[in-house]
Amino acid sequence: MNPFSYARPTRIEEAISLFGPQSRYIAGGTNLLDLMKENVERPEQLIDITQLPLKSIEETPEGGVRIGALVSNADLAWHALIERRYPLLAKAILAGASPQLRNMASTGGNLLQRTRCYYFYDSTVPCNKRERGSGCPARDGLNRIHAILGHSEQCIAVHPSDMCVALAALDAVVLVTGPQGERRVDFRDFHRLPGDQPERDNTLADGELITAIELPAAGYAEHSAYLKLRDRASYAFALVSVAAALEIDGGIIRSARIALGGVAHKPWRCTEAEDALVGEPAEQSAFEQAAQRILQGASGFEHNAFKIELSQRAIVRALTEATEGTAA
Amino acid sequence: MSQSPVGQPLDRVDGPLKVTGQARYAAEFPEAGLLYGSVVNSSIARGRIIRIDASAAEAVPGVELVLTHQNRPPVASYDEPYEDDDAGDGSPFRPLYNDRILYSGQPVALVVADNLELARYAGSLVKIEYASEPHHTDLRARLDSAHQAEVDLPPPRGDAAQALSEADIRLDVEYSTPVEHHNPMEPHASTVHYLAGGQLEIHDKTQGVQNCMRYLEGVFGMEGKIRVLAPFTGGAFGSGLRPQYQLVLAAMAALKLKRSVRVALKRQQMFTFGYRPRSIQRLSVGADNTGRLQALTHQAIGQTSTFEDFTEHEVEWTGMLYDCPNVKLDYQLVPLDVYTPLDMRAPGAAIGVYALECAMDELAYAANVDPLKLRLLNYSERNQNQDKPYSSKALRECYQQGAERFGWSRRSPEPRSMREGNQLIGWGMATGVWEALQMPASAKARLGADGKLVVSSATADIGTGTYTVMTQIAASALGLPMNRVDFQLGDSSLSTAPLEGGSATVSSVGSAVQQACAGLRQKLLDAVQQMPVSAFAGARLDDITFADGSMTLTADTQQSVELAQIIAAAGEQEVEVSVEPGKERDNYATATHSAVFIEVQVDEALGTVKVSRAVSAIAAGRVVNPKTAGNQIVGGVVWGIGMALHEETQMDHNLGRFMNHNLSEYHIPVNADIGAIDVLFVEEHDDVVNQLGSKGVGEIGIVGVAAAVANAIYHATGKRVRGLPITLDKLL
Amino acid sequence: MTDPSANTGGIATCSMTIMLNGESRALDVYPWTTLLDLLREQLDLTGTKKGCDHGQCGACTVLLNGKRINACLTLAIMHEDAELTTIEGLASDEALHPMQAAFVTHDAFQCGYCTPGQICSAVGMVAEGRAQSADEIREQMSGNLCRCGAYPNILAAIEAAMPETRNRVGVFESGAPSGGHDGVREVKP
Repeated sequence: MNPFSYARPTRIEEAISLFGPQSRYIAGGTNLLDLMKENVERPEQLIDITQLPLKSIEETPEGGVRIGALVSNADLAWHALIERRYPLLAKAILAGASPQLRNMASTGGNLLQRTRCYYFYDSTVPCNKRERGSGCPARDGLNRIHAILGHSEQCIAVHPSDMCVALAALDAVVLVTGPQGERRVDFRDFHRLPGDQPERDNTLADGELITAIELPAAGYAEHSAYLKLRDRASYAFALVSVAAALEIDGGIIRSARIALGGVAHKPWRCTEAEDALVGEPAEQSAFEQAAQRILQGASGFEHNAFKIELSQRAIVRALTEATEGTAA
Repeated sequence: MSQSPVGQPLDRVDGPLKVTGQARYAAEFPEAGLLYGSVVNSSIARGRIIRIDASAAEAVPGVELVLTHQNRPPVASYDEPYEDDDAGDGSPFRPLYNDRILYSGQPVALVVADNLELARYAGSLVKIEYASEPHHTDLRARLDSAHQAEVDLPPPRGDAAQALSEADIRLDVEYSTPVEHHNPMEPHASTVHYLAGGQLEIHDKTQGVQNCMRYLEGVFGMEGKIRVLAPFTGGAFGSGLRPQYQLVLAAMAALKLKRSVRVALKRQQMFTFGYRPRSIQRLSVGADNTGRLQALTHQAIGQTSTFEDFTEHEVEWTGMLYDCPNVKLDYQLVPLDVYTPLDMRAPGAAIGVYALECAMDELAYAANVDPLKLRLLNYSERNQNQDKPYSSKALRECYQQGAERFGWSRRSPEPRSMREGNQLIGWGMATGVWEALQMPASAKARLGADGKLVVSSATADIGTGTYTVMTQIAASALGLPMNRVDFQLGDSSLSTAPLEGGSATVSSVGSAVQQACAGLRQKLLDAVQQMPVSAFAGARLDDITFADGSMTLTADTQQSVELAQIIAAAGEQEVEVSVEPGKERDNYATATHSAVFIEVQVDEALGTVKVSRAVSAIAAGRVVNPKTAGNQIVGGVVWGIGMALHEETQMDHNLGRFMNHNLSEYHIPVNADIGAIDVLFVEEHDDVVNQLGSKGVGEIGIVGVAAAVANAIYHATGKRVRGLPITLDKLL
Repeated sequence: MTDPSANTGGIATCSMTIMLNGESRALDVYPWTTLLDLLREQLDLTGTKKGCDHGQCGACTVLLNGKRINACLTLAIMHEDAELTTIEGLASDEALHPMQAAFVTHDAFQCGYCTPGQICSAVGMVAEGRAQSADEIREQMSGNLCRCGAYPNILAAIEAAMPETRNRVGVFESGAPSGGHDGVREVKP
């Protein structure tokens, strides 16, 4: 790590006013310090936000839940309200990282995880995300863990979070405060596709701070499933993951949410496929059609083309499991 | 009389130190004024260093030195001093020797600072300009540059080509295995203590303290001035068989600065030296229609570096394991712009037997014979490679007892015939084999005035249980309780010991410990007989029992004297012995064997594989400590599962660089990957292999496991995947 | 050991206190010193191991305010007044912690390098109270790699030590056993 100065504000406004061009906010630090040790991140100042009052989980007047950005992943997954009303979120969180990391990692920080692309992490090789214009060796190199959807000439990296896949499916809203004041960002607009600016993972402006995540009232508690496929049974990033949530009435789908992880630069949603499920019987053939619709336009590289077929099967499986009822 | 500790499942004697965090490893020895070194590694795979600009790094406060090939202390300029005990043919790598870049990740500079994190940061500021040259790192793309490996393969027997052409059943199959890295949990590290007078006392992560000592003595011309210590080694699996570059760099910096220096490698740098080489293996199997083998050919092509030829015993097993009249073996190497491979747990056998045992499974289906029955049908009573009988071989018992424990007889033979919901169930099996080696070794035993027996040898305990089993052997030999015996190791000043590897430590060092204790028994008897009133006058060792801290006339147990009394009267007694392998061994082949049975669950749609159950039946002679030995076998099975399903170091051939160089993307099994593992040791009596009758268990546990998993996956799915690891994409 | 007076380009050390294994310690640390390096290099508490330094192996697991975390991925300076328990703080003067004793009895290690992290992780897991079955223990211990492959013995040791560890008082007095978090306002739905 490079030498840096350190500040520990106790008020949000103070934290934002401290933020300079070479600053980074730090909460759990589980990814930022990781990247700093690899010299991928080299901030000159760390602003420790752990003393800010952003640690509560509260019900909102609209019947949803507001999660403070500093709530740890573990506390969130094991919170009674989340376990009962948003089991999809709890399961996705527990599928990610390790218990130790989940105890440190914050809710806000989870959204800001950076890709696990090998080339991004190895600062001796080119990477457009790390150094604009340096090239993308993954395209013609090792791309087994890379994107099949929404990738660009410049970047084929994927977002590594599990929590975010569930948040995407649940239509969460990200609450942000910055130098220009507060704003609410729909989850689907929070992360972005790489395009020709792969260095930008999300739509946060400089100095903006995530303060909370809001979940709408609909938690799909009865019919949801999080399926994560990876190279070992635990403690590995997803090759493909699926957050599936259904509202079923008399065997007929009334509402459907499907988000994919491990396949794109952001959690992947396809509302056309979800809409097409509404009114259909909750059965294999409908699920297969939805999966095909979601994967339309997917394209792989030398080592990751399997993810297309795997995603289709995973979607079908997750929807089948969701139909059977959320697992205990 | 209390029971001999040998054969007892005793707790590790070093257990309390390990569970309380008191066991110290190479990077954990404190030193006043210690400096920290951080290694800078090359980013190109082949070429030259044109220019090094260390000014920015040197400007970081606290940086004492940026060491490169341009300012290092003098080192030997010919190959011999660099040829450590595990070196292959060729010209060993010399760290920071000159401007040549031989592989990506090669150490090119060491930044030394008074603060660990700042040393690392300064390392990132060292600017190195290279002149790149085209590189080759892809084994498959360079098969045309293969050459015969310089090894003594058994000569062909019979006429394999002819027999193959006449066989009822003929299979020609190719298997491939990837590069794997040892990745012991403790990264390689060296703490060099610079002593007044210029001597070096070094804590190193190694499997051979004397190997490292001799190496450094030679490289720096410092004979008699170096002591290497390794009381604890946080795993190695072969990675500590050769002195690794951090040792040389730390010593260079210490000599240059006349200060104590520590260099600990980062996990990423654990991918910048030896590894299990990638292999491509072709087997042809000929059999009659009952499954009796008529011919076997096994060709292996492995990778090596451009500067050394790394060879291992990869194909010999094919000529040894089964009774077969016509066998032809071949082994070739392809030099690439990579570091030299390195022995890794059951080197050669892990991959060679994988291919053989998968081929045997394929034969079982082709001949419509149960895979276990096929092995028994082709059982070999002699080692046909050497044309010798085995000193002992209880493999038949392994098959029988392992199958019974597993419930093999309930197997439905057809692939895809067993399932539970979405999960296809598969049962597979394989045979394992490893050498039962013995090397010359020495040990010293001293019975002191405090009544404690101190036994020592410059061997290592890399988690294998050396401290414990040597204590058991010594305690047993002198009839002392375990807590009155202290075994010392990991110090180059102790009695000569071979590298801790090849499953040979109990056989080699254990024999020396036993002999040293036997010598001590004689000395104690001699001393007793010097005492004024001795009921032992005229007695010989055969007439005496050593037990419970006393020596007793076996024929008259009233005549007994405590060893402490003898020492009180006659003073401390000490014996040092060197033990050579017995001549009798030359008349026999010696080997350990195993039968491995595996159950897998494969998700039919998603391709995920879980090894739900494993049984490993082992024949390894007398087991000194079933608890630690059983743990070794469990570990070997876990390694086999990792090899089958997870492990692969991925090389970007465009860059000539390993890219998944971390524990997040280089997957080894986690706890959730491992189901029940049932280990059983079958009775195997062996008077030839060594005086202990014990064969060693470090390697045998892994051999055959990957094949058994692959075979189980075939049984579950009907898919024959011939390249490891079998990741889910290969089963879609 | 790191000399805390070393010159580092204008950035000085910061003073802090931490409750380490039941003892209050006043320390001077650089902002960039991780909790792990503080323990290993500055305080010579080398029982906490560095296996990867990137949160990918679990060898550095310690108990921070009763919860298991990776000491390599957090800065020491961020834990002013925290309660930290390392492997050196688990045993009492007279006896091993039941988890430590069970690891010896069940031979739940070989080389010993991942062991302190496994034990701290297991103690933290028991306090969380979420692992009941063997498979749950396996999953919730998957943040601790063991290259020697002693996983089945680790499982056996934890199963054996669980009841006594659960009943043990002292280590977790300040740690919330599950669900809660200092400062988290629990909502009763």
